[in-house]
Amino acid sequence: MNNENLLTQLTEKYQKAVLGSCDRFGVLEIQVDRATIAEVVKFLRDTPEFSFNMLIDLVSIDYSNYPGWTGDRFSLSYLLKSLLLGHRLQLKTTVPEDEPVVPTISGLYGNADWLEREAYDQMGIRFAQHPNLKRLLNHHEFVGHPLRKDYPITRRQWLSANESLMDEMEVRLKEKGYE
Amino acid sequence: MTTVLDTKTLLPTVPENSASGLDSARHKDKKDLVFVNLGPSHPATHGTLRALCALDGETIVAAVTEMGYLHRGFEKDCEVHTFQQVIPYTDRLNYVSAIMNNVGFCKAVERMLRIPIPERALYIRLITCELNRIIDHLVCAGANLVDIGALTNFWYSFNAREKVYDILEKLCGARLTSSYTRLGGVSRDLYPAFADEVKAVLKEIKKSVGEIQKLVSKNRIFLDRTKDICVISKETALSYGWTGPTLRACGVEYDLRKAEPYYHYEDFKFEIPVGSKGDIYDRIFVRLLEIEESSSIIEQALKKLPKGPIMTDDKRVALPPKQQTYGNIEGLMNHFKIIMDGICPEPGEIYDFTEAANGELGFYVVADGTKNPYRVKCRPPCFMNFAAFHGMIEGGMIADAVANLGSINIIAGELDR
Repeated sequence: MNNENLLTQLTEKYQKAVLGSCDRFGVLEIQVDRATIAEVVKFLRDTPEFSFNMLIDLVSIDYSNYPGWTGDRFSLSYLLKSLLLGHRLQLKTTVPEDEPVVPTISGLYGNADWLEREAYDQMGIRFAQHPNLKRLLNHHEFVGHPLRKDYPITRRQWLSANESLMDEMEVRLKEKGYE
Repeated sequence: MTTVLDTKTLLPTVPENSASGLDSARHKDKKDLVFVNLGPSHPATHGTLRALCALDGETIVAAVTEMGYLHRGFEKDCEVHTFQQVIPYTDRLNYVSAIMNNVGFCKAVERMLRIPIPERALYIRLITCELNRIIDHLVCAGANLVDIGALTNFWYSFNAREKVYDILEKLCGARLTSSYTRLGGVSRDLYPAFADEVKAVLKEIKKSVGEIQKLVSKNRIFLDRTKDICVISKETALSYGWTGPTLRACGVEYDLRKAEPYYHYEDFKFEIPVGSKGDIYDRIFVRLLEIEESSSIIEQALKKLPKGPIMTDDKRVALPPKQQTYGNIEGLMNHFKIIMDGICPEPGEIYDFTEAANGELGFYVVADGTKNPYRVKCRPPCFMNFAAFHGMIEGGMIADAVANLGSINIIAGELDR
Protein backbone atom coordinates (compact mmCIF):
# COMPACT_ATOMS: atom_id res chain seq x y z
CA MET A 1 0.00 0.00 0.00
CA ASN A 2 1.42 3.38 -0.94
CA ASN A 3 1.31 6.53 1.13
CA GLU A 4 -1.53 8.14 -0.81
CA ASN A 5 -3.85 5.17 -0.39
CA LEU A 6 -2.99 5.00 3.27
CA LEU A 7 -3.89 8.61 3.79
CA THR A 8 -7.16 8.49 1.83
CA GLN A 9 -8.35 5.36 3.58
CA LEU A 10 -7.51 6.65 7.01
CA THR A 11 -9.09 10.03 6.31
CA GLU A 12 -12.27 8.32 5.11
CA LYS A 13 -12.50 6.29 8.26
CA TYR A 14 -11.53 9.01 10.72
CA GLN A 15 -12.61 12.27 9.09
CA LYS A 16 -12.54 14.26 12.28
CA ALA A 17 -9.48 12.74 13.87
CA VAL A 18 -7.08 13.21 10.95
CA LEU A 19 -5.82 16.76 11.23
CA GLY A 20 -3.22 16.83 8.49
CA SER A 21 -0.33 15.03 6.91
CA CYS A 22 3.14 15.60 5.59
CA ASP A 23 6.06 13.75 4.12
CA ARG A 24 9.04 13.02 6.35
CA PHE A 25 11.77 12.00 3.94
CA GLY A 26 9.65 9.42 2.21
CA VAL A 27 7.64 8.27 5.21
CA LEU A 28 4.10 9.53 5.58
CA GLU A 29 3.28 11.40 8.75
CA ILE A 30 -0.35 11.79 9.69
CA GLN A 31 -1.36 14.19 12.41
CA VAL A 32 -4.09 12.67 14.53
CA ASP A 33 -6.25 14.10 17.28
CA ARG A 34 -4.96 13.23 20.73
CA ALA A 35 -8.22 11.80 22.05
CA THR A 36 -8.54 9.21 19.25
CA ILE A 37 -4.90 8.22 18.88
CA ALA A 38 -5.27 4.87 20.65
CA GLU A 39 -8.32 4.02 18.58
CA VAL A 40 -6.53 4.90 15.33
CA VAL A 41 -3.49 2.83 16.28
CA LYS A 42 -5.72 -0.13 17.08
CA PHE A 43 -7.54 0.26 13.77
CA LEU A 44 -4.24 0.39 11.88
CA ARG A 45 -2.96 -2.67 13.69
CA ASP A 46 -6.08 -4.80 13.24
CA THR A 47 -7.19 -3.91 9.71
CA PRO A 48 -5.65 -6.41 7.26
CA GLU A 49 -4.98 -3.75 4.56
CA PHE A 50 -2.71 -1.89 6.98
CA SER A 51 -1.60 -4.57 9.49
CA PHE A 52 0.86 -2.38 11.33
CA ASN A 53 2.00 -5.15 13.61
CA MET A 54 5.12 -3.45 14.97
CA LEU A 55 5.51 -0.38 17.10
CA ILE A 56 9.00 0.72 16.19
CA ASP A 57 9.34 3.65 18.55
CA LEU A 58 7.51 6.34 20.44
CA VAL A 59 9.13 9.76 20.17
CA SER A 60 8.25 12.64 22.45
CA ILE A 61 9.31 16.18 21.56
CA ASP A 62 9.15 19.41 23.53
CA TYR A 63 8.70 22.29 21.08
CA SER A 64 8.82 25.10 23.63
CA ASN A 65 12.15 26.47 22.31
CA TYR A 66 11.52 25.73 18.66
CA PRO A 67 11.88 28.90 16.58
CA GLY A 68 8.50 30.29 15.58
CA TRP A 69 6.51 27.50 17.23
CA THR A 70 2.95 28.42 18.17
CA GLY A 71 1.22 25.09 18.63
CA ASP A 72 0.93 22.81 21.65
CA ARG A 73 4.10 22.37 23.65
CA PHE A 74 4.64 18.63 23.27
CA SER A 75 4.17 16.09 20.56
CA LEU A 76 4.25 12.33 20.38
CA SER A 77 5.19 10.38 17.27
CA TYR A 78 4.17 6.77 16.94
CA LEU A 79 6.44 5.04 14.46
CA LEU A 80 4.64 2.04 13.00
CA LYS A 81 5.82 -0.66 10.68
CA SER A 82 4.00 -3.43 8.89
CA LEU A 83 6.23 -6.46 8.55
CA LEU A 84 3.80 -8.22 6.24
CA LEU A 85 3.27 -5.36 3.79
CA GLY A 86 6.58 -3.62 4.36
CA HIS A 87 5.32 -0.07 4.81
CA ARG A 88 5.95 2.46 7.53
CA LEU A 89 3.88 5.26 8.96
CA GLN A 90 4.32 7.95 11.59
CA LEU A 91 1.35 9.12 13.57
CA LYS A 92 1.82 12.41 15.32
CA THR A 93 -0.29 13.93 18.00
CA THR A 94 0.20 17.19 19.84
CA VAL A 95 -0.02 17.38 23.60
CA PRO A 96 -0.76 20.63 25.46
CA GLU A 97 1.33 21.70 28.43
CA ASP A 98 -1.56 22.22 30.85
CA GLU A 99 -3.03 18.77 30.30
CA PRO A 100 -0.30 16.42 29.03
CA VAL A 101 -2.43 13.29 28.99
CA VAL A 102 -2.71 10.83 26.10
CA PRO A 103 -4.69 7.58 25.94
CA THR A 104 -2.43 4.60 26.41
CA ILE A 105 -1.69 1.95 23.78
CA SER A 106 0.05 -0.32 26.26
CA GLY A 107 -2.55 -3.03 25.65
CA LEU A 108 -1.89 -3.04 21.91
CA TYR A 109 1.84 -3.66 21.69
CA GLY A 110 4.14 -5.40 24.13
CA ASN A 111 6.80 -2.71 24.05
CA ALA A 112 4.35 0.21 24.35
CA ASP A 113 4.32 -0.20 28.13
CA TRP A 114 8.01 0.67 28.46
CA LEU A 115 8.03 3.20 25.64
CA GLU A 116 5.23 5.11 27.33
CA ARG A 117 7.01 4.91 30.66
CA GLU A 118 10.07 6.38 29.01
CA ALA A 119 8.06 9.24 27.49
CA TYR A 120 6.53 9.94 30.89
CA ASP A 121 9.88 9.80 32.63
CA GLN A 122 11.80 11.94 30.16
CA MET A 123 9.14 14.37 29.03
CA GLY A 124 6.37 14.27 31.63
CA ILE A 125 3.63 13.16 29.26
CA ARG A 126 1.11 11.04 31.13
CA PHE A 127 -0.78 8.12 29.64
CA ALA A 128 -4.34 7.63 30.80
CA GLN A 129 -5.15 4.05 31.89
CA HIS A 130 -1.50 2.96 31.75
CA PRO A 131 -1.18 0.05 34.20
CA ASN A 132 2.13 1.11 35.73
CA LEU A 133 3.25 4.61 34.81
CA LYS A 134 6.56 4.70 36.67
CA ARG A 135 9.88 6.19 35.72
CA LEU A 136 12.00 3.96 33.55
CA LEU A 137 15.42 5.46 32.82
CA ASN A 138 15.74 7.87 35.72
CA HIS A 139 15.86 7.06 39.41
CA HIS A 140 12.49 6.90 41.16
CA GLU A 141 13.39 9.82 43.44
CA PHE A 142 14.26 12.05 40.48
CA VAL A 143 12.30 15.31 40.37
CA GLY A 144 11.32 16.80 37.01
CA HIS A 145 11.54 15.57 33.46
CA PRO A 146 15.02 15.93 31.98
CA LEU A 147 14.20 16.16 28.29
CA ARG A 148 11.94 19.15 28.79
CA LYS A 149 13.65 22.22 27.45
CA ASP A 150 13.30 24.04 30.77
CA TYR A 151 15.25 21.36 32.63
CA PRO A 152 18.83 22.68 32.88
CA ILE A 153 21.39 20.16 31.69
CA THR A 154 23.68 20.93 34.61
CA ARG A 155 21.10 20.34 37.35
CA ARG A 156 22.16 17.53 39.63
CA GLN A 157 20.10 15.63 42.15
CA TRP A 158 21.01 13.49 45.12
CA LEU A 159 19.30 10.14 44.73
CA SER A 160 19.99 7.40 47.21
CA ALA A 161 17.12 5.07 48.07
CA ASN A 162 16.88 1.63 46.45
CA GLU A 163 13.91 0.73 44.38
CA SER A 164 12.41 -2.41 45.88
CA LEU A 165 10.41 -3.33 42.75
CA MET A 166 7.97 -5.15 45.05
CA ASP A 167 5.09 -3.00 43.83
CA GLU A 168 5.53 -4.40 40.34
CA MET A 169 6.23 -7.86 41.72
CA GLU A 170 2.95 -7.90 43.68
CA VAL A 171 1.02 -7.21 40.48
CA ARG A 172 2.95 -9.85 38.57
CA LEU A 173 2.39 -12.44 41.31
CA LYS A 174 -1.31 -11.72 41.33
CA GLU A 175 -1.39 -12.32 37.57
CA LYS A 176 0.29 -15.66 38.20
CA GLY A 177 -2.30 -16.62 40.80
CA TYR A 178 -0.27 -16.08 43.98
CA GLU A 179 -1.95 -14.61 47.01
CA MET B 1 19.27 -48.79 74.42
CA THR B 2 18.19 -47.88 70.92
CA THR B 3 15.40 -45.51 70.21
CA VAL B 4 13.11 -46.57 67.47
CA LEU B 5 12.04 -43.56 65.48
CA ASP B 6 8.52 -43.49 64.32
CA THR B 7 9.09 -42.71 60.66
CA LYS B 8 5.45 -41.95 60.09
CA THR B 9 5.55 -38.88 62.31
CA LEU B 10 8.79 -37.57 60.82
CA LEU B 11 7.80 -37.68 57.18
CA PRO B 12 5.64 -34.85 55.90
CA THR B 13 2.07 -35.84 55.55
CA VAL B 14 1.02 -36.44 52.00
CA PRO B 15 -2.57 -35.74 51.04
CA GLU B 16 -4.17 -39.00 50.06
CA ASN B 17 -5.70 -37.78 46.83
CA SER B 18 -2.47 -36.47 45.26
CA ALA B 19 0.45 -38.49 43.99
CA SER B 20 3.03 -36.36 45.75
CA GLY B 21 3.20 -33.40 48.08
CA LEU B 22 4.62 -31.26 45.26
CA ASP B 23 1.38 -31.19 43.32
CA SER B 24 1.34 -28.22 40.98
CA ALA B 25 -2.33 -27.61 41.63
CA ARG B 26 -1.76 -26.84 45.30
CA HIS B 27 -2.62 -23.50 46.77
CA LYS B 28 -0.25 -20.81 45.56
CA ASP B 29 1.04 -18.92 48.53
CA LYS B 30 3.42 -15.98 48.42
CA LYS B 31 4.98 -17.13 51.67
CA ASP B 32 6.51 -20.12 49.85
CA LEU B 33 8.48 -17.89 47.50
CA VAL B 34 12.02 -16.62 47.81
CA PHE B 35 12.86 -13.30 46.20
CA VAL B 36 16.24 -13.01 44.53
CA ASN B 37 17.78 -10.04 42.79
CA LEU B 38 19.68 -10.85 39.61
CA GLY B 39 22.05 -7.94 39.27
CA PRO B 40 22.34 -4.98 38.89
CA SER B 41 26.02 -5.57 39.47
CA HIS B 42 26.94 -9.13 38.66
CA PRO B 43 29.35 -10.60 36.10
CA ALA B 44 26.58 -12.64 34.52
CA THR B 45 24.47 -9.59 33.71
CA HIS B 46 27.23 -8.16 31.44
CA GLY B 47 26.26 -4.68 32.39
CA THR B 48 24.08 -3.04 34.96
CA LEU B 49 20.74 -4.74 34.58
CA ARG B 50 18.44 -5.93 37.28
CA ALA B 51 15.77 -8.58 37.43
CA LEU B 52 13.86 -9.34 40.61
CA CYS B 53 12.84 -12.98 40.52
CA ALA B 54 10.32 -14.77 42.71
CA LEU B 55 11.50 -18.33 43.13
CA ASP B 56 9.49 -21.38 44.01
CA GLY B 57 12.22 -23.89 44.69
CA GLU B 58 14.50 -23.31 41.74
CA THR B 59 11.82 -22.16 39.34
CA ILE B 60 11.25 -18.50 38.56
CA VAL B 61 7.52 -18.03 38.88
CA ALA B 62 7.47 -14.27 38.37
CA ALA B 63 10.03 -11.71 37.35
CA VAL B 64 10.20 -7.94 36.97
CA THR B 65 13.06 -6.04 35.44
CA GLU B 66 14.58 -2.65 36.01
CA MET B 67 16.86 -0.63 33.79
CA GLY B 68 18.47 2.79 33.83
CA TYR B 69 21.59 2.12 35.89
CA LEU B 70 23.76 3.29 33.02
CA HIS B 71 21.50 6.14 31.97
CA ARG B 72 23.69 9.13 31.26
CA GLY B 73 21.43 11.40 29.27
CA PHE B 74 22.66 10.77 25.73
CA GLU B 75 19.61 12.44 24.22
CA LYS B 76 19.88 15.50 26.43
CA ASP B 77 23.61 15.79 25.73
CA CYS B 78 22.96 15.77 21.99
CA GLU B 79 20.85 18.89 22.35
CA VAL B 80 23.76 20.99 23.61
CA HIS B 81 26.35 19.66 21.18
CA THR B 82 26.79 20.22 17.47
CA PHE B 83 25.90 17.54 14.98
CA GLN B 84 29.59 16.60 14.58
CA GLN B 85 30.09 16.44 18.34
CA VAL B 86 27.30 13.89 18.69
CA ILE B 87 29.27 11.29 16.69
CA PRO B 88 31.67 10.39 19.56
CA TYR B 89 28.65 10.05 21.85
CA THR B 90 27.15 7.46 19.54
CA ASP B 91 30.26 5.28 20.07
CA ARG B 92 29.11 4.83 23.63
CA LEU B 93 25.70 3.45 22.72
CA ASN B 94 26.50 -0.06 21.57
CA TYR B 95 30.19 0.05 22.39
CA VAL B 96 30.71 -3.45 21.03
CA SER B 97 29.97 -2.30 17.50
CA ALA B 98 30.66 1.43 17.66
CA ILE B 99 31.01 2.13 13.94
CA MET B 100 27.49 0.92 13.29
CA ASN B 101 26.18 3.60 15.62
CA ASN B 102 28.37 6.24 13.95
CA VAL B 103 26.96 5.21 10.60
CA GLY B 104 23.39 5.12 11.87
CA PHE B 105 23.53 8.67 13.15
CA CYS B 106 25.49 10.10 10.22
CA LYS B 107 23.18 8.46 7.70
CA ALA B 108 20.16 10.12 9.32
CA VAL B 109 21.76 13.57 9.38
CA GLU B 110 23.18 13.23 5.86
CA ARG B 111 19.74 12.44 4.53
CA MET B 112 18.51 15.53 6.33
CA LEU B 113 21.28 17.60 4.75
CA ARG B 114 20.51 15.91 1.41
CA ILE B 115 24.20 15.22 0.91
CA PRO B 116 25.19 12.15 -1.06
CA ILE B 117 28.39 10.58 0.20
CA PRO B 118 31.12 9.37 -2.18
CA GLU B 119 30.91 5.75 -3.31
CA ARG B 120 34.23 4.85 -1.73
CA ALA B 121 33.16 6.22 1.64
CA LEU B 122 29.95 4.27 1.35
CA TYR B 123 31.80 1.02 0.66
CA ILE B 124 34.21 1.68 3.52
CA ARG B 125 31.26 2.23 5.83
CA LEU B 126 29.67 -0.97 4.65
CA ILE B 127 32.87 -2.99 5.15
CA THR B 128 33.58 -1.56 8.60
CA CYS B 129 29.94 -2.07 9.61
CA GLU B 130 30.09 -5.72 8.63
CA LEU B 131 33.37 -6.11 10.52
CA ASN B 132 31.60 -4.63 13.53
CA ARG B 133 28.68 -6.98 13.08
CA ILE B 134 31.12 -9.89 13.17
CA ILE B 135 32.73 -8.58 16.36
CA ASP B 136 29.37 -8.01 18.00
CA HIS B 137 28.18 -11.51 17.19
CA LEU B 138 31.48 -13.03 18.34
CA VAL B 139 31.27 -11.19 21.64
CA CYS B 140 27.65 -12.11 22.13
CA ALA B 141 28.07 -15.78 21.27
CA GLY B 142 31.36 -16.08 23.16
CA ALA B 143 30.09 -14.46 26.34
CA ASN B 144 26.82 -16.34 26.12
CA LEU B 145 28.64 -19.65 25.94
CA VAL B 146 30.76 -18.70 28.95
CA ASP B 147 27.57 -18.04 30.88
CA ILE B 148 26.50 -21.61 30.30
CA GLY B 149 29.88 -23.05 31.17
CA ALA B 150 31.50 -23.46 27.77
CA LEU B 151 34.56 -21.42 28.58
CA THR B 152 36.91 -22.50 25.77
CA ASN B 153 34.72 -20.89 23.11
CA PHE B 154 35.36 -17.56 24.70
CA TRP B 155 38.99 -17.65 23.55
CA TYR B 156 38.10 -18.85 20.08
CA SER B 157 35.75 -15.93 19.65
CA PHE B 158 37.75 -13.26 21.49
CA ASN B 159 41.04 -14.09 19.74
CA ALA B 160 39.38 -13.52 16.41
CA ARG B 161 37.69 -10.40 17.69
CA GLU B 162 40.99 -8.98 18.88
CA LYS B 163 42.44 -9.37 15.39
CA VAL B 164 39.55 -7.39 13.94
CA TYR B 165 40.18 -4.74 16.58
CA ASP B 166 43.82 -4.57 15.46
CA ILE B 167 42.60 -3.67 11.99
CA LEU B 168 40.13 -1.11 13.28
CA GLU B 169 42.80 0.38 15.49
CA LYS B 170 45.10 0.84 12.51
CA LEU B 171 42.21 2.32 10.58
CA CYS B 172 40.85 4.85 13.03
CA GLY B 173 43.20 4.94 16.00
CA ALA B 174 40.88 3.42 18.58
CA ARG B 175 39.68 -0.05 19.36
CA LEU B 176 36.25 0.49 20.83
CA THR B 177 35.33 4.14 20.54
CA SER B 178 36.17 4.61 16.92
CA SER B 179 34.23 7.78 15.93
CA TYR B 180 35.13 6.78 12.42
CA THR B 181 32.48 8.50 10.34
CA ARG B 182 32.10 12.15 9.58
CA LEU B 183 29.08 13.87 8.16
CA GLY B 184 29.70 13.44 4.43
CA GLY B 185 32.12 10.54 4.58
CA VAL B 186 34.66 8.84 6.81
CA SER B 187 37.57 10.30 8.73
CA ARG B 188 40.45 8.34 7.17
CA ASP B 189 41.03 6.31 4.06
CA LEU B 190 41.88 2.63 4.22
CA TYR B 191 45.55 1.90 4.74
CA PRO B 192 47.35 0.06 1.93
CA ALA B 193 47.41 -3.40 3.49
CA PHE B 194 43.80 -3.21 4.67
CA ALA B 195 42.27 -5.58 2.13
CA ASP B 196 44.90 -8.26 2.63
CA GLU B 197 44.72 -8.07 6.40
CA VAL B 198 40.93 -8.25 6.36
CA LYS B 199 41.01 -11.29 4.11
CA ALA B 200 43.50 -13.00 6.43
CA VAL B 201 41.37 -12.19 9.47
CA LEU B 202 38.22 -13.44 7.78
CA LYS B 203 39.94 -16.77 7.28
CA GLU B 204 40.79 -16.92 10.97
CA ILE B 205 37.26 -15.96 11.91
CA LYS B 206 35.92 -18.71 9.72
CA LYS B 207 38.22 -21.15 11.48
CA SER B 208 37.24 -19.91 14.94
CA VAL B 209 33.52 -20.03 14.18
CA GLY B 210 33.98 -23.51 12.78
CA GLU B 211 35.71 -24.59 15.93
CA ILE B 212 33.02 -23.10 18.12
CA GLN B 213 30.38 -24.91 16.11
CA LYS B 214 32.29 -28.18 16.38
CA LEU B 215 32.62 -27.75 20.13
CA VAL B 216 29.02 -26.96 20.86
CA SER B 217 26.70 -28.18 18.13
CA LYS B 218 26.70 -31.79 19.30
CA ASN B 219 27.55 -31.14 22.91
CA ARG B 220 24.90 -32.68 25.11
CA ILE B 221 25.28 -30.14 27.91
CA PHE B 222 25.06 -27.24 25.49
CA LEU B 223 21.98 -28.66 23.80
CA ASP B 224 20.25 -29.32 27.12
CA ARG B 225 21.01 -25.83 28.29
CA THR B 226 19.82 -24.06 25.14
CA LYS B 227 17.25 -26.10 23.24
CA ASP B 228 13.66 -25.14 24.09
CA ILE B 229 14.89 -22.78 26.80
CA CYS B 230 13.39 -19.31 27.07
CA VAL B 231 11.37 -19.68 23.90
CA ILE B 232 9.64 -16.63 22.52
CA SER B 233 6.99 -16.93 19.85
CA LYS B 234 7.04 -15.00 16.60
CA GLU B 235 3.91 -13.09 17.58
CA THR B 236 5.20 -12.03 20.99
CA ALA B 237 8.54 -10.99 19.53
CA LEU B 238 6.84 -8.82 16.92
CA SER B 239 4.51 -7.31 19.47
CA TYR B 240 7.56 -6.27 21.47
CA GLY B 241 9.11 -4.74 18.36
CA TRP B 242 12.00 -7.17 18.17
CA THR B 243 14.24 -6.85 15.16
CA GLY B 244 17.58 -8.24 14.09
CA PRO B 245 19.03 -11.67 14.91
CA THR B 246 16.76 -12.24 17.90
CA LEU B 247 13.66 -11.84 15.71
CA ARG B 248 15.19 -13.95 12.97
CA ALA B 249 15.81 -16.68 15.53
CA CYS B 250 12.02 -16.86 15.95
CA GLY B 251 11.70 -17.74 12.27
CA VAL B 252 10.90 -14.32 10.83
CA GLU B 253 13.00 -13.65 7.76
CA TYR B 254 13.35 -9.93 8.25
CA ASP B 255 16.53 -8.03 7.70
CA LEU B 256 16.58 -4.34 6.86
CA ARG B 257 19.53 -4.95 4.56
CA LYS B 258 17.14 -6.94 2.36
CA ALA B 259 13.77 -5.46 3.25
CA GLU B 260 14.68 -1.78 2.95
CA PRO B 261 18.19 -1.83 1.51
CA TYR B 262 20.60 1.06 1.90
CA TYR B 263 24.25 1.48 0.92
CA HIS B 264 23.90 -0.91 -2.06
CA TYR B 265 23.13 -3.92 0.12
CA GLU B 266 20.79 -5.02 -2.65
CA ASP B 267 23.82 -5.61 -4.91
CA PHE B 268 25.37 -8.16 -2.59
CA LYS B 269 24.65 -11.85 -2.42
CA PHE B 270 23.97 -13.05 1.09
CA GLU B 271 21.49 -15.20 2.93
CA ILE B 272 19.42 -14.41 5.99
CA PRO B 273 19.85 -17.19 8.54
CA VAL B 274 16.62 -17.86 10.43
CA GLY B 275 15.81 -20.03 13.39
CA SER B 276 12.71 -22.12 13.86
CA LYS B 277 11.79 -22.00 17.54
CA GLY B 278 13.07 -18.79 19.05
CA ASP B 279 15.03 -20.48 21.83
CA ILE B 280 18.55 -19.73 23.03
CA TYR B 281 20.02 -22.29 20.63
CA ASP B 282 18.48 -20.51 17.65
CA ARG B 283 19.68 -17.13 18.83
CA ILE B 284 23.26 -18.32 19.18
CA PHE B 285 23.31 -20.14 15.85
CA VAL B 286 21.65 -17.34 13.90
CA ARG B 287 24.49 -15.13 15.07
CA LEU B 288 27.19 -17.66 14.22
CA LEU B 289 25.74 -18.12 10.75
CA GLU B 290 25.43 -14.39 10.23
CA ILE B 291 29.15 -14.07 10.79
CA GLU B 292 29.69 -16.17 7.68
CA GLU B 293 27.27 -14.05 5.67
CA SER B 294 28.97 -10.86 6.82
CA SER B 295 32.34 -12.28 5.83
CA SER B 296 30.97 -13.01 2.39
CA ILE B 297 29.62 -9.43 2.08
CA ILE B 298 33.02 -8.02 3.05
CA GLU B 299 34.81 -10.16 0.47
CA GLN B 300 32.39 -9.04 -2.23
CA ALA B 301 32.73 -5.40 -1.17
CA LEU B 302 36.53 -5.54 -1.20
CA LYS B 303 36.40 -6.74 -4.80
CA LYS B 304 34.08 -3.91 -5.81
CA LEU B 305 35.72 -1.20 -3.71
CA PRO B 306 35.83 1.91 -5.93
CA LYS B 307 38.61 4.47 -5.97
CA GLY B 308 37.99 8.11 -5.25
CA PRO B 309 37.44 10.56 -2.43
CA ILE B 310 36.32 9.45 1.04
CA MET B 311 34.66 12.73 1.88
CA THR B 312 32.08 14.77 0.06
CA ASP B 313 33.29 18.03 -1.48
CA ASP B 314 30.19 19.88 -0.27
CA LYS B 315 31.61 22.95 1.47
CA ARG B 316 28.76 23.05 3.99
CA VAL B 317 30.02 19.92 5.74
CA ALA B 318 33.52 19.02 4.55
CA LEU B 319 36.55 20.69 6.07
CA PRO B 320 38.88 21.95 3.33
CA PRO B 321 42.30 20.28 2.91
CA LYS B 322 44.90 21.71 5.26
CA GLN B 323 46.84 23.35 2.37
CA GLN B 324 43.71 25.35 1.60
CA THR B 325 43.09 26.28 5.22
CA TYR B 326 46.60 27.62 5.65
CA GLY B 327 47.12 28.76 2.07
CA ASN B 328 44.17 30.93 1.11
CA ILE B 329 41.49 33.04 2.74
CA GLU B 330 38.52 31.07 1.34
CA GLY B 331 39.84 27.83 2.80
CA LEU B 332 40.51 29.46 6.14
CA MET B 333 37.03 30.97 6.27
CA ASN B 334 35.46 27.69 5.23
CA HIS B 335 37.26 25.88 8.03
CA PHE B 336 36.35 28.58 10.55
CA LYS B 337 32.69 28.58 9.55
CA ILE B 338 32.33 24.82 9.85
CA ILE B 339 34.04 24.75 13.24
CA MET B 340 32.39 27.82 14.73
CA ASP B 341 28.99 27.89 13.04
CA GLY B 342 28.70 24.14 12.71
CA ILE B 343 26.72 22.14 10.23
CA CYS B 344 23.14 23.34 10.07
CA PRO B 345 20.52 21.14 8.39
CA GLU B 346 17.30 22.85 7.38
CA PRO B 347 14.50 22.65 9.94
CA GLY B 348 12.79 19.31 9.72
CA GLU B 349 12.36 15.88 11.24
CA ILE B 350 13.60 12.51 10.11
CA TYR B 351 13.48 8.97 11.34
CA ASP B 352 16.23 6.92 9.80
CA PHE B 353 17.38 3.42 10.56
CA THR B 354 20.07 0.89 9.81
CA GLU B 355 20.38 -2.81 10.50
CA ALA B 356 22.82 -2.82 13.39
CA ALA B 357 24.17 -5.97 14.97
CA ASN B 358 21.28 -6.15 17.41
CA GLY B 359 18.52 -5.08 15.07
CA GLU B 360 16.98 -1.86 13.87
CA LEU B 361 19.00 1.04 15.20
CA GLY B 362 17.00 4.18 14.59
CA PHE B 363 17.58 7.86 15.12
CA TYR B 364 14.75 10.35 15.16
CA VAL B 365 16.41 13.71 14.62
CA VAL B 366 14.69 17.09 14.83
CA ALA B 367 16.59 20.06 13.40
CA ASP B 368 15.64 23.69 13.94
CA GLY B 369 18.15 25.24 11.54
CA THR B 370 20.91 25.68 14.12
CA LYS B 371 24.16 23.77 14.57
CA ASN B 372 22.78 21.63 17.41
CA PRO B 373 20.14 18.98 16.94
CA TYR B 374 16.91 20.17 18.54
CA ARG B 375 16.04 16.66 19.64
CA VAL B 376 17.55 13.25 19.10
CA LYS B 377 15.70 10.09 19.98
CA CYS B 378 17.65 6.91 19.68
CA ARG B 379 15.84 3.65 19.12
CA PRO B 380 18.09 1.05 20.69
CA PRO B 381 17.25 -2.43 19.40
CA CYS B 382 17.97 -4.16 22.71
CA PHE B 383 15.48 -1.93 24.56
CA MET B 384 12.72 -3.95 22.89
CA ASN B 385 14.50 -7.21 23.71
CA PHE B 386 14.84 -6.35 27.37
CA ALA B 387 11.20 -5.26 27.58
CA ALA B 388 10.22 -8.87 26.87
CA PHE B 389 12.85 -10.41 29.14
CA HIS B 390 10.72 -10.94 32.25
CA GLY B 391 8.13 -13.00 30.38
CA MET B 392 10.77 -15.22 28.80
CA ILE B 393 12.48 -16.27 32.01
CA GLU B 394 9.32 -17.06 33.95
CA GLY B 395 8.95 -20.80 34.25
CA GLY B 396 12.66 -21.41 33.86
CA MET B 397 15.49 -21.47 36.36
CA ILE B 398 17.98 -18.80 37.37
CA ALA B 399 20.65 -20.43 35.25
CA ASP B 400 18.34 -20.24 32.23
CA ALA B 401 17.71 -16.57 32.91
CA VAL B 402 21.46 -15.93 32.81
CA ALA B 403 21.81 -17.86 29.56
CA ASN B 404 18.87 -15.97 28.10
CA LEU B 405 20.23 -12.58 29.05
CA GLY B 406 23.37 -13.34 27.09
CA SER B 407 21.45 -14.62 24.11
CA ILE B 408 19.38 -11.46 23.59
CA ASN B 409 22.59 -9.42 23.76
CA ILE B 410 21.65 -6.56 26.03
CA ILE B 411 24.24 -3.81 25.82
CA ALA B 412 23.60 -1.47 28.74
CA GLY B 413 25.21 1.49 26.99
CA GLU B 414 22.62 1.28 24.28
CA LEU B 415 19.72 0.21 26.47
CA ASP B 416 20.01 3.02 29.01
CA ARG B 417 21.59 5.66 26.76
